[in-house]
Amino acid sequence: MTGAALPVWAAWLVVALAITGAGFSLTGALGLIRLRTFYERVHAPTLGATLGMALILTSSMVLLSLIEGRLVLRDALIGIFLTITTPVTLLVLARAAAQRDRHEGNPGAPPEL
Amino acid sequence: MTRLLPYPWLSLGLALTWLLLNAPLTPGSAVLALLVGLAVPAVMRALRPPAVRVRAPGTLVRLAGLVVYDMVRSNIDVARIILGLRRGERRTGFVTIPLDLRDPFGLAALSIILTGTPGTLWVQYDSQSGSLLLHVLDETGGDEWVRRVKDRYERPLMTIFS
Amino acid sequence: MTAIAVLDGGLGLAQGMLVLAMAIAAWRMLRGPRAQDRILGLDTLYLNGMLAIVVHGMRTGSGLYFEAALILGMVGFTATVALAKFLMQGEVIQ
Repeated sequence: MTGAALPVWAAWLVVALAITGAGFSLTGALGLIRLRTFYERVHAPTLGATLGMALILTSSMVLLSLIEGRLVLRDALIGIFLTITTPVTLLVLARAAAQRDRHEGNPGAPPEL
Repeated sequence: MTRLLPYPWLSLGLALTWLLLNAPLTPGSAVLALLVGLAVPAVMRALRPPAVRVRAPGTLVRLAGLVVYDMVRSNIDVARIILGLRRGERRTGFVTIPLDLRDPFGLAALSIILTGTPGTLWVQYDSQSGSLLLHVLDETGGDEWVRRVKDRYERPLMTIFS
Repeated sequence: MTAIAVLDGGLGLAQGMLVLAMAIAAWRMLRGPRAQDRILGLDTLYLNGMLAIVVHGMRTGSGLYFEAALILGMVGFTATVALAKFLMQGEVIQ
């Protein structure tokens, strides 16, 4: 276990950031259950991919920086990578779902452009 | 300049990424970062990617601040919708937005912005007519979303990537 | 309370929340009802798994978990896009 030399306020800050971030991710996952249609559900995981991810990575960077005594920004790379890839994933998925729904003539299908 | 550094931003980004991965900073990793920053764009030149031109850095900074603010706010909005903390009727639906933005980099930035703010989902873009189909979790009716996307995001993006 | 106790308890709680999120995503993945719902569940599953690995790395203080999280993010992205692309072209005549 790390953090023996850490001041208590820093530990509380790190924990608060991590728990808030995990809370947003969990809320996003809950949306997969609570929302009714597919197009509503696609909105849910973006909670974890934006604010939840940002808070947890910030918490990790704060903790590592304090432990190692220098600025550790490595985790920001995961954030940059996720920010670029999440739009691609959701865009392709929504496009595929729209195409299937239109092809099958489902009532909830998106209108043609 | 152009022969040695065909894509200066790519070189800078690669060198910074290398340094971040290999922290702490040592002379050896700095030399390697310089090499990566110089060598990879030279190889990339064979692929001929179109160069990005970013104008109006002030607008860029202001847009970034606006996007961060919107991201936090819409995250809280969507979390409240999911947890059922919001009273009243909620309607979802598709919104078609006629875009004037044509630059591919601008469109990519717009898709990142719209995905980064939960509650809006980019479904389809037609490059012929330039219209964008969005799914909105909390549709307010009327053309409020059309105006919001056009005024808040599209106009600054057109200034930046003109 | 010492810093170690706060960190251990708090990060453990965060990890538990992320694991619960993974379980919900796995339920959606197994339940469906349609293929796009399953892919969405997979996407949420790997995303929360990656965050759980980052939190685990914070608890142990080991830098090794950073690489694992980064690679999981890349592999998960490729898998989701490939599956969604298959959905677009594998079943529907284009």
